[in-house]
Amino acid sequence: MSCGGKGGGCSCGSGGDPKPPANAAQPAPGNTGLDGNGPELLSLMQRVPARPRPAYFASDPPPSADPKTARKAPGWMRFFRITRVRVISQAFFFGLFLFFCWVTWFSRLEGYPVSLFLEIDPLVAVATAISTHTVYRNLLWSLVLIIPTLVLGRFFCNWMCPYGTLHQFIGWLFNTRRNIDKVAINRYRPIFGLKYILLVIFFILALFGSLQIGLLDPICIMYRTVATAIAPAYDLSADTLASRMENAGVDAGFLRASLFRPGITDPRIFYGAWFVGLVILGLVGMNLIIPRFFCRVLCPLGAFLGFLSRFALWRIDRDLTRCTDCNLCVSHCEGASDPHAALRKSECFVCFNCIDDCPEDALSFRFLPVRKHAPAAGLLFGRPVISKRAETEIPAPDLSRRRLLFTSVAGVLAYPFLRLSAAVNPGAFHAKAIRPPGSVEETEFLERCIKCDQCLNVCPTNVLQPSTLKQGGLEGLWTPVMDMRIGFCQLNCTLCSEVCPTGAIQKISVEKKLGLKQFAPDGPIRVGTAFFDRGRCLPWAMETPCVVCEEVCPVSPKAIGTYDVQIKRWDGKMVTLNRPYIRPELCIGCGICEHECPVADERAVYVTAVGESRSKDRSLLLRSKET
Amino acid sequence: MRKQNASAPRTRDPSEWPSRREFLRRVGLTAAAAGAAGPIWWALRDPTGERGKPSEPVFRLRNYQVDPAPNASVLGIARGEQYEAMLRMAIGAIGGIGHFIRKGDVVLIKPNVAFDRSPKLGATSNPEVLAALIHLVREAGAAEVRVADNPIESPENCFQKSGIADAAHGAGARVYLPAPSSFEMLEVPGAKLIPRWPFFYLPFRGVNKVIGIAPVKDHNLCSASMTTKNWYGLLGGRRNQFHQDIHNIIADLALMMRPTFVILDGTRVMLKNGPTGGDLSDVVPGRTLVAATDMLAADAFGFHDLLGRKADSDRPEYLAIAEGRGLGTQDWRNVARKEEQVG
Repeated sequence: MSCGGKGGGCSCGSGGDPKPPANAAQPAPGNTGLDGNGPELLSLMQRVPARPRPAYFASDPPPSADPKTARKAPGWMRFFRITRVRVISQAFFFGLFLFFCWVTWFSRLEGYPVSLFLEIDPLVAVATAISTHTVYRNLLWSLVLIIPTLVLGRFFCNWMCPYGTLHQFIGWLFNTRRNIDKVAINRYRPIFGLKYILLVIFFILALFGSLQIGLLDPICIMYRTVATAIAPAYDLSADTLASRMENAGVDAGFLRASLFRPGITDPRIFYGAWFVGLVILGLVGMNLIIPRFFCRVLCPLGAFLGFLSRFALWRIDRDLTRCTDCNLCVSHCEGASDPHAALRKSECFVCFNCIDDCPEDALSFRFLPVRKHAPAAGLLFGRPVISKRAETEIPAPDLSRRRLLFTSVAGVLAYPFLRLSAAVNPGAFHAKAIRPPGSVEETEFLERCIKCDQCLNVCPTNVLQPSTLKQGGLEGLWTPVMDMRIGFCQLNCTLCSEVCPTGAIQKISVEKKLGLKQFAPDGPIRVGTAFFDRGRCLPWAMETPCVVCEEVCPVSPKAIGTYDVQIKRWDGKMVTLNRPYIRPELCIGCGICEHECPVADERAVYVTAVGESRSKDRSLLLRSKET
Repeated sequence: MRKQNASAPRTRDPSEWPSRREFLRRVGLTAAAAGAAGPIWWALRDPTGERGKPSEPVFRLRNYQVDPAPNASVLGIARGEQYEAMLRMAIGAIGGIGHFIRKGDVVLIKPNVAFDRSPKLGATSNPEVLAALIHLVREAGAAEVRVADNPIESPENCFQKSGIADAAHGAGARVYLPAPSSFEMLEVPGAKLIPRWPFFYLPFRGVNKVIGIAPVKDHNLCSASMTTKNWYGLLGGRRNQFHQDIHNIIADLALMMRPTFVILDGTRVMLKNGPTGGDLSDVVPGRTLVAATDMLAADAFGFHDLLGRKADSDRPEYLAIAEGRGLGTQDWRNVARKEEQVG
C-alpha cells in the first residue's frame, strides 16, 4: 500500500494505483476522465472563482513559482495519515486474531483470552441475550464495541474486524479496476440491504430459541474456517515441508514451531472442511466482482452495527463550499455509503478513505454535523456554494416497513421449518449427535451455540467435529459433535469448556467432569454410552483375540470387562478369547474404545448419545450412577 | 468490408507472406513442440502399471548395544528412595554409566508416556527417575539427550500431565513429540509380525545410544507391561492390531530394539486395572530401580519381585517366545546380578 508519495490520498484497501490527475484543474475538452460528471465539473469550474488548493495535491502545478513557499504538512504527519493508522490497526487486529488461533492449543493457552474476538462481538452477545435472556461470562466485554459504535459508527468493520480486513486486502491486492469504474462499483445498491433482512430473520429465530447468527457472523466464520480448514491445511503443508528439509539436512525448527497444532500423530481432519473452505474462497473471491461483497451484502454483524450507528454523534460531513461534486470520494469508499451525496450512516465503515481522496479538502469527520441544503443565495457562511447536492444523511438502514413485515413473517415461518427437522427433536435425535462434556441440554444448547468451532480448534484429539446436516439439520450445522472414529474425549481435558464463549459448553473443572471430590454425588459427566457389535467384534465373531478396548478404557474400575473362554478354533487349536462387554454404570462415553478398535471402518465398539447425563430424555439406565 | 468475389482465385498476395526468419521461427517452434511430445511420453511410459506405484523407502535400526564390561552383572538392583544414588548403584553394577555412554554420544531415552495420567497413578515412567537418568547420561559426556514417545492419548497432554516434559526439559534433554511426518517405514529382518512397520523415526536421526525406562504395570491382555513392551511406543500405524497376537508382537519388539541398556522403574507398581490404572488404589510403592543389559531378565525379575506374581508358569508368554528366539534370558535367578540397599 504505497501511495504515500501521491499525496492525494492513500487508497489503502481498494486500489493502489495512482489517481489520475484531477482533470478539473487543467480542463481539456473531451478528456475529463469522469464520465458523466466531467461536463458538470467543467461548467462549475467556469462559474466559480478559483480557490487555493491544498499544496500537497501532487498533480497540481505548484501554486507559487517558489516551491519553498508552498504549504506542506510535515513528513511524519503525511505518513501517519488517519488511513495509515487505520491500516496499522487492521494489521494489528488481524495478527492478534491469528495469534489467538495459534495459541488455542493445550501447550500454549496460558490464560490468553483466545475467544476475545467472539466475546466482544455484539451480535453474539445480543443474539444469545435474546435467546437465553442472559449475557454469559465474558460476553459482557461486547460493551467495549457497542458503546463506541453508538458514538462513532461502524468503525469495527474497517478498523478491527479480521474478516473485513481479509476482504479488503484481497480486494485491494487483486483490484484491476480503473478509477472511473471504482466510482461506479462503490456506490450504494439496494442489494446491500439484504444483510438487514438476514439479521431480522436471525433475531426472530433467536427469539424462538434457535441461534443461527453463527452461519454468517464474520468472527464465527473466521474462527470456524481457521479451525477446520486453514490451520489443518497449513500444518499439513508445513509438516511435510519440514520433514523434506530435515531429510535434506536443513534445520526446520522454526517451521515446526510455527505449526498451529504441534504434537499430533495424524493430520487433523474435519467433516465438511471442503465446504467451509469453499465458502471462504467464494466469499473472498466475490471481492473481485463487488468490493467488500460479504461486508456490504451479507454480514449480520455489520447490519447490527449499522442499526447502532444511526445514533452515532460523529459522521462524515461534506463542505458544500468546497465540494465540486467530483465523486472521487466514492472511488475507495469501503462501505458504499455514498459520501458524495446523502451519506448512508448505517453503511459507513469510518474508513476515512473519502477524506483522504478528496482533492478539495471538503470532507471531514465531524461531531453532530448539520444537514445543509444549498441555499438559494448560493452562499454558505459567506462563501459561495459549489456543490449542487445537499449535505445530508440517511441515518437508518435500508429496510422499509413492508420489507420488515415480510422479513418478520419469513423469520416466524423459518423457525418451525428448522425445528421440525427430526434430527434436532427430542423424539428423533441423532445417535451420533454426541455433545462435548459440559454441554447444556440440547434445547438450551441450540439457544447458545454460535457454531464458532473454537471447541474444535482447541480439542487435542480431533474428536470434536463440525456437525453435518446429518446430525442436526441446518439448525445444528457446524455445531460440535464428537466422532470417536477420528478422536476420543481425553479424560483429563476440559479445554472445550474453557474456550466456549456462550456457555453452550459450560466451563467445568476436571473434578466436575470426572465426578471427583465435591462432585462425587453427581458422578462423572457422561456424553454417551458404548455398545458392542458382536457381529463385528473379533473375539465374539471371528475366534480372534483382541480387547484393545479393555486395555485403553480409562476409568477405574474399567467400564469394559471380558468373559474369558477357551474355545477350539475351526482348525482345532485351542484359543483363549477375552470377549468384551460394557458395564454401563461405569461407561462415560469417552469413546477411546471406539477410536482404538481395529475394525477400522464400522467399529465393533461404538458410542452413541444415549445415556448422556445432560438430558433426561436421553438417559439409559434407571440407576445411572455408579452402583 | 468489400465482399470477396467467389470466383477469384484464393491466392495470397506475396506482400502477406511471412519473412524467411518468421517462417523458420514459427515452423521451428511448432516442430520442436511436436517433436518433444514423443520422447517425453516415451520416458514416462509404464506399460504394466508397476512403475507408477509409489516406492516406499525403508530403513533399519542399528544395534545400540555395547560390549559387556568385564565382571559386570546383567541386573543391577537398587532398593531405596534416592533415585539418583540408586541409579548410580544399579548402572554401576552392570558396568557403570561411563562404560555405556561416551563423550559426544547422542542418546535417546524412551520413557513410557502412554497415558494422560499424573505420575502418582503409576501409568507412566516416574519423571524424577527420568530426570536423574538424564543427569547421569549428561554427566557421562553425552552431547545431546533426547526423550521421545508416541503415546496412546494426545501426546502433549500425556507429556505434560505425566511430568515427563517438565522433567526432561529441566534436566536438559530435548523432547520429541510425534508429527504426521515423523514416521518412516522400519524394516525388522526376522520379525514375525512386523517385518515392516511405521516407526517414530525423527528423534532417532543421528542417535547412537538408546536407553529404555519403563514402569512396572499390570496389563489386561499380556499380563504385564515392562521394559520390552515399552518399545511399543516407538511405533505408529495401526497399532491396534497388535492385540490379536500381543505376545509375538512383544517378542518382535525385543528383536526390533537392541538397546544400550534398560531401566525398570519399580518406584510405583501398578498391580491391577492396567495398563491405564487411574485409581491410587491400583498402585503400590516398589522402592526399586533395576538396570539391565537383558530386557527379558529384567522383566522376569520385575514380574516376580515387583508385581509379586511368584509362579514362573504365570510369566507372560512373550518372555518365553523372545528367549526362544535368542533375544535374552528370562532366567533372572541364574544371571549375574547385584542387589543393594541404597541410603
